[in-house]
Amino acid sequence: MSQGGFGGDRAAVPRAASAELTVALTDILLAERRQVLASLTRLTGDLGIAEDAVQDAAISALQAWPRTGIPQNPRAWLIVTAKHRAIDVLRREGSRWAKEREAALMQLHQAPDDFTVGVLRDDQLRLIFTCCHPALAAEAQVALSLRVLCGLSVAEVARALLVPEATMAKRLTRARQKIAAAGVHYRVPDDADLPDRMRVVATTVFLLFTEGYASRSAGTHERRSLAEEAVRLGRLLVQLLPGEAVLEGLLATMLLQHSRRHARFDAAGDIVLLADQDRARWDHVLATEGVELAASAIRRSQNSPERFAVVAAIAACHAIAGTAQNTDWDAIVAWYDVLARLDPSPVVLLNRAAALAERGDVRAALDAVETLEGLDDYFWLHATLAELLRRLGREPEAAVAAARARGLTGSIAQQRLLDRRYLAP
Amino acid sequence: MTSYVALIYSPDVDWSQPEFADGMAEYQKFGEDAASVIRGGAALYHTPTATTVRVTGGKGGDVVLSDGPYAETKEALTGFYLLECTDLDEAIRVASMIPGAWNGAVEIRPALPMTVKIPTLETADTVTQ
Repeated sequence: MSQGGFGGDRAAVPRAASAELTVALTDILLAERRQVLASLTRLTGDLGIAEDAVQDAAISALQAWPRTGIPQNPRAWLIVTAKHRAIDVLRREGSRWAKEREAALMQLHQAPDDFTVGVLRDDQLRLIFTCCHPALAAEAQVALSLRVLCGLSVAEVARALLVPEATMAKRLTRARQKIAAAGVHYRVPDDADLPDRMRVVATTVFLLFTEGYASRSAGTHERRSLAEEAVRLGRLLVQLLPGEAVLEGLLATMLLQHSRRHARFDAAGDIVLLADQDRARWDHVLATEGVELAASAIRRSQNSPERFAVVAAIAACHAIAGTAQNTDWDAIVAWYDVLARLDPSPVVLLNRAAALAERGDVRAALDAVETLEGLDDYFWLHATLAELLRRLGREPEAAVAAARARGLTGSIAQQRLLDRRYLAP
Repeated sequence: MTSYVALIYSPDVDWSQPEFADGMAEYQKFGEDAASVIRGGAALYHTPTATTVRVTGGKGGDVVLSDGPYAETKEALTGFYLLECTDLDEAIRVASMIPGAWNGAVEIRPALPMTVKIPTLETADTVTQ
């Protein structure tokens, strides 16, 4: 392989690349980045060093490739360049313990320039399971996943999660430190731990998705792209670990919810409720894929169904209903019964109650909601109460609940919906 | 003779950073001065590296992890183990088998690689002789 790209000529000024070429290069770098990072992380045993080395390799590529042309195997080029960079850093670094440094250097020197499909796959899984390690706080897992797995910059992660950039930088540094110091190893969990660890990964990716989907505040566009990143990760997971009910259920749930993205807001940016959505605006390709995956996830579930498979089944019930009136609420309530057996949390019971109301049992729904505990500060509890009370003709109480809900959301769209529906004179 | 555990409560610093080398030197000196009675010990990484392990529902129940140190006052410090494990996953697995995790919590903290030579019983005896 040509040595022309890295090291010595870093300072050389590249000939002005055309805009299209830059876009093409950036696309290749984005596509290969996670893969190269995953392999470098295994070789160095240090996420921070690997991230810096891959970043430098990407910059070298942007400088060199417009002159030399895109190499035949861009990934190998990036791996070689990043390996050299990591070796430089490790040789200079004093704070790491000598034994670990020697081991990392030996790994780097002995590693080939490219890896087999199997190794590449395992490297990606190692990276995913590390970013979603249950000993990291959920918020740290989400931030790391966006930074490391999706390749967002620190500033982009901060914007996406509505946190100041300095706070986010600190959170990411802490997470990397914990991984390094506490001994979170880059490895795919043992078979015995794999089901639980897949559930942790799925929960983190779904958290990332809902952050983008809920659009609880301003900056809807940015947060909508968070949902896209989550869907991409979901697809990657199903590709890397095929035939797993929990991952198929996760991807199905996200695809089904995401298929409604164009119908959820009207032209003025106001929320359109599920019953009022123009179903012609649903993304039927995504929805069909979601329904098929949901069915597959349920089929694959052994003994009792996976939680995400059941959530996907509920979303699929909406997708297959041609109109809001044709929704099979009996089926949805039955799925919620299954879900409540797996996870009898107040949030699940609240959603079950909402389904009961849709089926026509508004009174029973209200009784169920009024017995729930621990959700006093939960937006959806008060929003649901407002709707149930309104349907029972108890408007003044509905307005009180709606006002309570209004104070619990930062989303202007949600506030406007509450104003329109329950608080307007 | 009675065995004692000396638990050190001090500012939550990252001893692996070079700026705390002076403090480490003081510990080094203490280690030498008290060599005759020290049977073991370690500097701990700061609390953001901690993981707290609880087992809900008693022995064999679900292992619940939280990021960070034990931060409540409900339970009291009742014992400790020094573990040597290949990685955090193994440490968590072992911690979840400690009976204290079934009705309380076990905080796992990584210890810094040992730079102070801790005397073994025999060498300690040699020092006192």
